[in-house]
Amino acid sequence: MTRRTMRVREWLIERIIHLAGILAIAFVVLIFAFLLRDALPVFRQNSVGDLLAGRYWRPTSTPASFGMLPLLLGSVYVTLGALIISLPLGLACAVFISEVAPTRVREPLKSLVELLAAIPSVVYGFLGLLMVGPWLANVLHLPIGQFAALGSLLLAFMAIPTIVSVSEDAIRAVPQALRHNSLALGATRWQTIVKVVVPAARSGIIAASLLGLGRAIGETMTVLMVTGNAAVIPQAFAGFLRPVRTMTATIAAEMGETAYQTPHYHALFTVGLILFLITFATNSIADVVVRRAGGVNAQ
Amino acid sequence: MRLLSPRQTEKLAFALLWACTGIVILPVLGIIAVMLYRGISGLSLGLLFGVQGGLLPAVVGTILLVALTALIAAPLGVAAAVYLSEYARSGPLVRLIRLAIVNLAGVPSVVYGLFGLALFVTLFHFGRSLLAGACTLALLVLPLIISTSQEALRQVPQGLRHASLGLGASQWQTVRRVVLPNALPGIITGLILSISRAAGETAPILFTAAFYSLTSPYPKSVFDPILVLPYQLFVMATEVPNTPAPTKWATASVLIAVVLGINLFAIVLRARLRGSRRW
Repeated sequence: MTRRTMRVREWLIERIIHLAGILAIAFVVLIFAFLLRDALPVFRQNSVGDLLAGRYWRPTSTPASFGMLPLLLGSVYVTLGALIISLPLGLACAVFISEVAPTRVREPLKSLVELLAAIPSVVYGFLGLLMVGPWLANVLHLPIGQFAALGSLLLAFMAIPTIVSVSEDAIRAVPQALRHNSLALGATRWQTIVKVVVPAARSGIIAASLLGLGRAIGETMTVLMVTGNAAVIPQAFAGFLRPVRTMTATIAAEMGETAYQTPHYHALFTVGLILFLITFATNSIADVVVRRAGGVNAQ
Repeated sequence: MRLLSPRQTEKLAFALLWACTGIVILPVLGIIAVMLYRGISGLSLGLLFGVQGGLLPAVVGTILLVALTALIAAPLGVAAAVYLSEYARSGPLVRLIRLAIVNLAGVPSVVYGLFGLALFVTLFHFGRSLLAGACTLALLVLPLIISTSQEALRQVPQGLRHASLGLGASQWQTVRRVVLPNALPGIITGLILSISRAAGETAPILFTAAFYSLTSPYPKSVFDPILVLPYQLFVMATEVPNTPAPTKWATASVLIAVVLGINLFAIVLRARLRGSRRW
């Protein structure tokens, strides 16, 4: 091979690598574009208000109605419940692993938490449906073993690994000198954790919560299997113990039987578009928060 | 007067942290124990290799799907990582790419399913097929492959690059002959982890690849739909009411065994390779 052909070949390879580099941007744009393309036609017959604030999701009745409020609220209920359980547990676990646990057990503990994330969501749904749901319904005297809080409980454990690993990174990034200063002033280790370490790591912890939120709101199979699939508006507090239907579960349950390019098809893409926008917002904010924290720590 | 001294508060707080960590860890051990117990009692050779309702077709389908997924995603992901860590200079473009990767990783799995349906199944006319499912899953694992490969490339000492460039090698020669071989173990570990992720996913393949059939379970080409473990478990648990309980449990156990088995393999491999590093 002459030097010239080698140079041409190398130039070509490097172009391909450059192209692959911007692929991630291309895919995000593509996903958004395709969701938008297949969602937009639904707005011809329905106003934005009818869709977002409509109280009835009845895609197959005549006339069909595509009110997404029950689905939005269903997702909010299940996700909120999941965060109430997973945030304190995840943060406590992260603090324990990075500040309290003996060095020897740190790595095994981290691996076990990671394993929690490796279990497929359909298995969580299966266990919820066959074991946890019936058991909880029995204990709480509920008529049915599929309800919002059960989804929250399972989602919490699926979100915990994300929360633990991101918060743990943030806590570990807190400069050792801060801890030493606090301890030297006579504070106990616990006082140091509460007053110094956690506040110093707070942006990372906020980012962890946002990523956990994104994880919980986007989870599909588990909620589809355990939350009962009732597209009704949840009632205030009792709603946690009743069946609900989330946005993700609606898409998963109905898209398979929906004909191409029907209003129902477009409505489901609209639900997907809303989900995409929500996770896009939470992930982008989390990224900015982490980035800013990194800047502060580097100074 | 305070109720507890700072020391006592600390003891109490640490006990609480212990308890919380226990609550987080316990389900993992519990799930594995339950799966072992219920799974082994339900598992039999007949169930694994039986003609009707056997698990073998679903296991084969899962392997085919993740293999094709890796085949599509690996070159793209590794190339993107090489660009980011060896070629790109930090600036607005790299920040944008980073943001895109973070967001790609956060897109709900069912939204990937919608995208796959619109692009691969419909526009590209792949139909509900092995190929459409693999393309969709490839997108899903792409951010994971990029970030693990980037991490592996970052671990290669800068000195090796300088040495190679100093000897007159070009940038690409350095990447190909020096950087990539040294980063390979880390890259492969990341690949295996993403395969395990792909093997357990259900939502992205619901409308792009999966089907449930006991009569013609094996695909004849990449344009045929396939039977995979997670989807089979989903159907058994929700849509086929008369599936015997031991069969359901056995299916769940086989799925867990496949996914955690691949995961464990990656973890052991990582530990091994870390031990054999020369720097």
